[in-house]
Order: sequence, then structure tokens, then C-alpha cells
Amino acid sequence: MARMKFLCDAERCIECNSCVTACKNEHEVPWGVNRRRVVTINDGVPGERSISVACMHCSDAPCMAVCPVDCFYRTDEGVVLHDKDLCIGCGYCFYACPFGAPQFPQSGAFGLRGKMDKCTFCAGGPEADGSEEEFRKYGRNRLAEGKLPICAEMCSTKALLGGDADVLADIYRERVTMRGKGAEIWGWTTAYGKPERQQEQQQERAKEGAKS
Amino acid sequence: MTLIRKTSGAAARSGRLGRALAGMAPQTMDRRAFLKRSGITVGAGAFASQLPFALIGRAEAAAEARADGKIEVRRTVCTHCSVGCAIDAEVKNGVWIGQEPVFDSPINMGSHCAKGASVREHGHGEHRLRYPMKLENGKYKRISWDKALDEISARLMEIRKESGPDAVYWIGSSKHSNEQAYLMRKFVSLWGTNNCDHQARICHSTTVAGVANTWGYGAMTNSYNDMQNSKAMLFIGSNAAEAHPVSLLHTLHAKETGAKMIVVDPRFTRTAAKADQYVRIRSGTDVAFLFGVLYHIFKNGWEDKKYINDRVYGMEKVRDEVMAKWTPDKVQEVCGVPEAEVLQVAETMAKNRPSTIVWCMGQTQHSSGNAFVRASCILQLALGNIGVSGGGANIYRGHDNVQGATDVGPNPDSLPGYYGIAAGSWKHWCAVWGIDYEWLKGRFASQAMMEKPGITVSRWIDGVLEKNELIDQDPNLRAVFYWGHAPNSQTRGLEMKKAMDKLDLLVVIDPYPSATAAMAAMPAPDPKEVNPNRAVYLLPAATQFETSGSCTASNRSIQWREKVIEPLFESKPDHTIMYLFAKKLGFEKELCKNIKVVNDEPVAEDILREINRGTWTIGYTGQSPERLKLHMQNMHTFDPKTLKARGGPCDGEYFGLPWPCYGTPELKHPGTPNLYDTSKHVMEGGGNFRANFGVERDGVNLLAEDGSASKGADLQFGYPEFDHVLLKKLGWWDELTDAEKAKAEGKNWKTDLSGGIIRVVMKNHGCHPFGNAKARAVVWNFPDPIPLHREPIYSPRPDLVEKYPTHDDKKAFWRMPTLYKTLQQKNVQDKVHEKFPLILTSGRLVEYEGGGDETRSNPWLAELQQEAFVEINPKAANDRGIRNNDWVWLKTPTGAQLRVRAQVTERVAPDTCFMPFHFAGHWQGRDLLEYYPDKAAPVVRGEAVNTATTYGYDSVTMMQETKTTLCQVVKA
Repeated sequence: MARMKFLCDAERCIECNSCVTACKNEHEVPWGVNRRRVVTINDGVPGERSISVACMHCSDAPCMAVCPVDCFYRTDEGVVLHDKDLCIGCGYCFYACPFGAPQFPQSGAFGLRGKMDKCTFCAGGPEADGSEEEFRKYGRNRLAEGKLPICAEMCSTKALLGGDADVLADIYRERVTMRGKGAEIWGWTTAYGKPERQQEQQQERAKEGAKS
Repeated sequence: MTLIRKTSGAAARSGRLGRALAGMAPQTMDRRAFLKRSGITVGAGAFASQLPFALIGRAEAAAEARADGKIEVRRTVCTHCSVGCAIDAEVKNGVWIGQEPVFDSPINMGSHCAKGASVREHGHGEHRLRYPMKLENGKYKRISWDKALDEISARLMEIRKESGPDAVYWIGSSKHSNEQAYLMRKFVSLWGTNNCDHQARICHSTTVAGVANTWGYGAMTNSYNDMQNSKAMLFIGSNAAEAHPVSLLHTLHAKETGAKMIVVDPRFTRTAAKADQYVRIRSGTDVAFLFGVLYHIFKNGWEDKKYINDRVYGMEKVRDEVMAKWTPDKVQEVCGVPEAEVLQVAETMAKNRPSTIVWCMGQTQHSSGNAFVRASCILQLALGNIGVSGGGANIYRGHDNVQGATDVGPNPDSLPGYYGIAAGSWKHWCAVWGIDYEWLKGRFASQAMMEKPGITVSRWIDGVLEKNELIDQDPNLRAVFYWGHAPNSQTRGLEMKKAMDKLDLLVVIDPYPSATAAMAAMPAPDPKEVNPNRAVYLLPAATQFETSGSCTASNRSIQWREKVIEPLFESKPDHTIMYLFAKKLGFEKELCKNIKVVNDEPVAEDILREINRGTWTIGYTGQSPERLKLHMQNMHTFDPKTLKARGGPCDGEYFGLPWPCYGTPELKHPGTPNLYDTSKHVMEGGGNFRANFGVERDGVNLLAEDGSASKGADLQFGYPEFDHVLLKKLGWWDELTDAEKAKAEGKNWKTDLSGGIIRVVMKNHGCHPFGNAKARAVVWNFPDPIPLHREPIYSPRPDLVEKYPTHDDKKAFWRMPTLYKTLQQKNVQDKVHEKFPLILTSGRLVEYEGGGDETRSNPWLAELQQEAFVEINPKAANDRGIRNNDWVWLKTPTGAQLRVRAQVTERVAPDTCFMPFHFAGHWQGRDLLEYYPDKAAPVVRGEAVNTATTYGYDSVTMMQETKTTLCQVVKA
């Protein structure tokens, strides 16, 4: 089973914001809510680098750990999703998230904060795949259509990759080998643990897979 | 309990995914197999983010979607820049519901920038103009199409009767399709004037003139894709990362495979952030810099001597000039760059060949822009980089179809295909149109006016305001059509407002006419100056997603757009509106003699066929609608590195049949991927420099030297262009069929409507119809045959104005008196540089395009850039007590002042300020919202930099000088 991850290559990201508008377009995300955003460091001086940030669908997701109503769940592909019917908009996940992914619309049934909204890896929510209800709450479910997250698919320079972690790692390794720099992937250790831990997890998954 | 519910939901999803994955399982492990199947070489695999989607089984999902039979996929092309990114639009019940990346496109491989990723918003159009409107008592009121057409036409006929056809000015658009742009030129010709223009004037006119006069054609020589073959890339005056983001897909790939990237710019741009070397120059000193680079090339003997001998005229003269005048100390004095940095650029470009050069508005928009671009050409000629894959002059165009509109659209000095406007040119096109030349001549004020270049879009305001006795046509302008053009992209905004108020008729035809509408409706500073009889109309045009037609990308590839949705609200396609006006003005039969008209809409395919029948000069003849559509359907067969199809129905052709695609469609020319490339046969896209400037000058041979010709040519030496006489002399005449002979008799390759001369020359003899000559390092017909550094009209350096003064004033230049020295000297005397000590330059933001009305109306984009701003260096800011995000007044010598946010940043040097040019809707501190038509104001409004920009025009093309002027910034 594929383990879905995002990878953003800071050597390639040009802060064009296609990931941001692609997401807005695909899921009809309202003004003021940004499931994905581009962060630039050293803006305007040599060493300027940009990185596209959204929910990283962490292996050991802090949001899941702190949610008082347990509205998060993880799919078999490792995508971290949540149930808006359960969410009470308390904002704990926002404080816990190292990537600032959870977003809180200004209006909604649960008072000022409303229900939390975040990147779904274009995998929708608990409702039936491709249903109108699912679209209304979470946006389009591209994974169910056999597609990958729109932000990565439309990235202008293929800086943002989204998909099976093994394949991403292969692509990225080839780039790093070719250009001889940029081996560190921003956010991966935070999201997916140290390399040893990732290997362990993979082995565990392989074992589980073998059992079932 | 909730967990159970959630798990079951997830299980259902993983079930489908699981099935999909199971089917693809073996392939997930085999990357090589995927790469092969998808036609991506292993090297290009580093692109592949498209890789993973295959793992999940797209085919199955697609079949499912199709099975429900409701969603149609229409293939179109992004309308926001010249890269030409393909888009698959998903349409359900006539509504544009989804936008999918086209991984098959060899140009963008599914990629988009912020603008491209959000084009579906055009299907919402919440901020569009919805119906025709008329300005009454300061407010726009809804009227019907019939009433609008009747009233406008009546007013036009009245003006024509009183003042003649030259009193009307037609501003066309680089966002029109080729068919619309072409029809517009024809429409204006039938109206009887050359007073028409479009964005290319203020975009790359200096490039087109400078480059075409150097080696033949005025276009980008290679392609974005071909930069993958470059070993060094010099960006000078181009911020591709924001202006052409998807081009970086190819650029960064080249960089990763070892190419060196250099960015030369007054501003540390996002492109510079990706460069190996960044060089900061003072704005407007490109000639000094480039000649500084050449100094080191000549000094070290790095020039390509054989190439220069065989293929370049006049390089010795340039060399003498460079060595005498552009020693490192002079270079540093003028552009502020130390010798070591210049030497490093020279060495990188010379020792990593093929090396390419990229330029955009940073070079073109100057009062001597024509010299800047030629200096770039000369550098590439010295290095032997032109006509070479991986080399070339990669001149990135701006709008999605600015290349096409330049090629076949509304230009004041030329009919479609750069034929010019001499009597012979008119006769050629009259023959293609099936129109009597004498009748057409009668439509003009006189034959002299028919052959005199019209006013340019950069100067229409002077056509209105200038004293009548000083302009080179009988009437002043009384009516102006803004047909797909923003007003805030032209300089001298304050005077533009005056000109708008003085007109008798202003008609704005646009999906988003907002800035023009608001400017026209807002009160005049002096109400007495407003013409009481002025009429202002707004007509809603359809976007390119609401019609079909072709567009030409920067690399000269032509792509066909399918119609995605029906025109929204009451909007109509531009060519339909042209036809409706032609009907009212009485020349619809002439306009569409060879073109079928369905429900008042001229058929786009028929228009393209007419373009094909007439545009021999630049090879717009082979791209029939059928061939173009075949390419759009078979994108996956084209290689993203070479653009060439391998197998399939387009085997051997280049994607989009990049012009020149010579001869008739039946000749099957494959298009030309890289211009002037002698390593290929002419029937395989090869070529050489054009013989367009005679065969000899002052005893020096202008044709190519012996042994230098395109691969496999029967004539392996220089030769002039082909006509019936040369064909007969060579004994090739009898290879024409009798039918061809009848048409070709007395003609040359450009005017032979049979295409026979081209067929015989190219197919039978492997020669180039336009001859085989040398490129010109010295362009003797320009004001500065060898490019000269001249200080801008508003120079921050009076000491250098003395050494490098601008041109003498011109009297009748594109029908306008034009100031150079008088104004420059006056600025020095008035000490303008002391009152306005900062250089003001302008440029792009990735989220917006051009004047910005369209993109600022798209909430997905507007959210990302909500305020106009000026970038100012921390030193300059601190000296003025300005802190980041403060409101400031930006003042210029025109008396204008702009209220914008200060962005304090080291992107700019302490002597330079930068403003993005996409904003409009604020006017010297005031929000114009109340003057917009109802519901048609963009989401974001801000100060337009061009409200405050100054006078200054290129000495060949009348390009406006936006990139170097002066300003002062004070805290608001």
C-alpha cells in the first residue's frame, strides 16, 4: 500500500502560488481560508528560498493526539482526514500542528471559529466518495478518482510533489544526485520522523501487509 | 461508535483505491517502464511529479467519469502569458466544473502558475461586464446591443464624414486569437486607416524591430523547451519566475543538469534568487553592460571567428567600438558593475556554449530599447550562439497571443505577416481578400495616408491633445476604441485622463473594461476640459474560453483552443462584434468574402485558412486548422526536449508547427523549432540568416560565405531571396506545374499565391526561399547603427547625460512630434534629479497579468496580492523616516502622486524603487469604486504606476520608457 506524502523541493520552488490557487479552484475554498500557502525565507536577498506548506499528513500527527473529540482519522494511504460533523472548532489542533495547517473560517455553525478546515490530500472526508455532501464539506476527492493532489499536479516547476513516498524519494534522490545539493527536505523529519523511524514504520507496514 | 463509522467510510474509499492499485501494482515498482511509456527520457524524469498519478490508475477513473456521460473535456490554452500552457476543462451541462492538468503537453507537462491554475474562475465571471452600457451623467446605464451598435456606428459615420477615417483610433489586443487579431487589421484597413495598434508596441516592439533588422525575423529564436540544451543562460531584463513561471520548469531542469544561470537586473528578482550569479546594474544601462561583456570576450579571443566570418556582417566595427569605448572603468562608471563581475559573466557565457540569452521588458521599454536588444543580439552573434540548439535569443513575449497579434494583427506600420504598407503590400493582401485595390484606396483619406504608418498606442493621447498643426495627419483623434487593452499599461496617466475627456467617442470592448471605464467616468480635474458631446460605451466581449481559435506561443508554436463554455451574460466573441460593426458601417461583405458567417460569427477556421493563403513571409501558411487540431489531440507524441513528434500521426513535425512553417499545408513542412539552424535540412526545420538587406554594402559581401548553408542545400553558399527571375536563371522554373507558373509569373516567394516557388526551392533543392545571408551587427538604417549607450530622458546622472546624450528631437515620427534632447536637457537644467532622486522602475507580480483588471477580478488570485506597493531599500526608507508597511506618497516629475504601501526590502538598491504595474482603480489617493459600472469592479484596486510615469519613447518604434524614470517617496 502506498504511503502518501508531500515533498517540497526548495531548490525548485519559485513562489508562484499555483499550488495555492489550484487548491482554491479545485475545492472552492472561500476567501480567507488557505489550505496551502507558500512561505519565503530571506525574502529579497541572496539565499532566498520558498517552500509550499500545507498539512503534511504526519506519521504521528499531533492534531490527532490533541483533538478532544477525536475527529481525526488516518486512511490506509496515510492521509490524515477529519470529520467536520464531529469537530467543535476548539482550535487545539491549530496549536499542536507544526505546520500551521488547520484553518478556521470566520463563520459557521459552531460560533466564531467554525469548524476546522485543512488540506485533505485531495482525499475528501468520511462521506461517500464523490458525493455532493463530501464536496461541500471537504472539496473534491481526487484520490478516489485515481488522481493525485491538484497542488502537486499543477506545480509550475515540479517543486511540490505529492504521492507515494517511495516514488517521491526516488525522484528527489535523482535530482539531488544530478545537481549535487539540496538533500534536506524541509519538514520531512517533523512530519514523518527521523529516517530510522521511517524505515521502521515501513517495515511494520510491510509486516502488517503480509499478515492481511 | 464514531470510530466505526469513520473506519467504514475510509474502508469504502480504500476499496476502490485498492482495486486501482492492484491493477497497476507491477508498474509501480518499475519506474523505467513508466518513463518509457510516457515518452519521458530518464534524464527528463527529474521533472516527473506526474509520475505518481500513474500508480493510482488514472485510466480506470477516467473511464468511470466518461461512463456517466455527463462531463465533457475541452482542451484549451491558458490566456495569461506566452508560455502556452494547455488546460483540460471539464464541462457539465454547459458549466465549467473542473480544470485538469494536461501532462501530455510538451510545453507545460501539466504545470501552471497561480494564474493558470485559476483560469476556471472565468467560468464564474462575477466581476465581468454583463451587458452593453453607456455613460450618462457620470453613471453607466444598461442599454441593448442594438442600441449600442446603432449609436456608435452613427457617431463613427458622422466623425468619418467630418474629419475622415484617420480621426478614429483602434486599439486591438494581444489577447485576441490569431483569427480575431487578423480580422481586426482587415477591419481597420476596410475602415480606411492605419491608426491601429496593440500591446506589442509597449511590450516587445523594440525587440521585433531590432532583432528582425539583425537577422531576419523578430521573434524568439529557440523555445522554452530548448533551454534544456543550454549550458549557460543569461537573463537580462527578464523576471521569468514571475512573468513566465512555467518556463522555469525547463530552466531549472537545465540548471540541474549543469547549466549556469546568470541574472542581470536592477532588482534582485525571484529569478535572481535561483541564479548562480546575480549582477545588479543601474536601470537603463544594458548597452554599457553587454558591451562590457563583449570587451572581455574580444580581449580574450573567445569570439567564434569562423562563425563571424561566415555568417555575420560588421562585427569588426562593433569590436573597434567596444574596445575603444567600453573599457572596464567606463562600464563601471555607467552601470555600476565592477570588472570582476563582468568578466565572470563573459567567461561563463563563452566557456559554456551553447549559451542562451533571455530578455523581456527590462530591455525593451527604454527610449533606446532598440539599441539594447541589438547589443544582446551582437553578444550572441559574437559567441556563435544563434541558430544553435541550446543557444539563441530567447525573447519571452508577454501576453498569450502577443506573438500572433504581432505577426498577423493590428500593427500601424504593417499588414499581416510583416508585409508593410507599401502599394505592393496592399495589392498582395487585396488579392488574398478578393478586394479591388482601387476601391480600398478610396476608403482612405489618400494614397499617402494609406502608406504612412499610423499613430502608436503609446502616443494616442498626443493624437488627441497635440496641436493640430504639429501632427502628421489632417485631423486630431476624435474617437478611440479600447478593444482588449488596459489603459494603465500606458505611461503618462494624467494626460491620458485629459485625452479621454476630450474625445467625442470612447468605446471599450472587453470582458473586464473596468479601469478604462472608471477613468472615463471619474470627474475631470477641470470640468471645463470635458467635451460636453462625449459619448462613452462599454461592450462586453467574450473571453478566449468562450470561443475557439488559434494562438501563438512565444516559441512560435501555434495551438488551437476549443470553446469551453458559451459566452457569459450578454457578451459576444470579438470577431462577432467586428462583423456586427462591419454590417453597420457597410463593409461586411468585403470583410468576410472568403469567410463563412454563422449567426453573425465569422467561422474561425475559415479566417485561419485565409491567413494561411496570404502569410507566406513568415510561414503562417502551413498551419491549417486541421493540422493544428491534430497536434492538440496528439500532444503525447511530442518530445518535451525537442518538441518533435516521434511516431504517430504527426511524426517528424514540431509541436504547434512553430512558424515559419513554409508553403502550403500539403507541403508538410514540420515547422521550425530553432530559427537559422544550418545543421538541419530546410524541410526538417533548418535554415540560415535572411537575405533582406541587399547582397552587398560598400563592397562588402552581405550574403553568407562559401560553405555556409543549411544542411543538404543545393546551393552551398550565400544567395539572395527567390523570385521568378532567379528561378528561371537557375533552370528550376520548369519544375513548377502549369497552374503554379500562371500564379508565380512576375512574383517572388512572398507574393506567389500558389506556393510553387517555395515548394520547388525547399523540397526539390533544399534551399531557403528567403535566401542565405549574414546577420547584421551593424544596422545601418537605424539611428544608432552600432548600439550606443544613451542616458534615459529622465536620468539620475546629469554628468553622464553630457557624455551620453539622447537623440535629437523628431518632427514627424509615427505622425507625432517627439521630444528627446530638448526634454532631457530641460530636466538637467531644472535639476529634476535633485527633486526626484530615486530611479523608478516597474514590473510584474506572478498573480496578475498586464493592466490586471482580469486577474484582479479573480478572487483566488486577488486574495494573494491585496494592495499596491512600492519597494524601497532600507537605506532610502530610513533616510525618509519610512518604515515597512507605512503609507507613502510616490511623486514623479509629472506632478502625479501615488498613495501606496512601502515595502522596505533589499530587493532594490538604495537608488531604486520598484512598483508592480498591474494595479488600477485608485487615482492619486482616491478609490474610484463609485465610477465603475455596476458589479464590474475588480476585487482588488490600487494605484497604477503609469498614472505617474513620464514622457520618453524609443527612437525606432515609439516604445514607451517605463523602466527608467525618476521619483521621490515621502511618508504619507
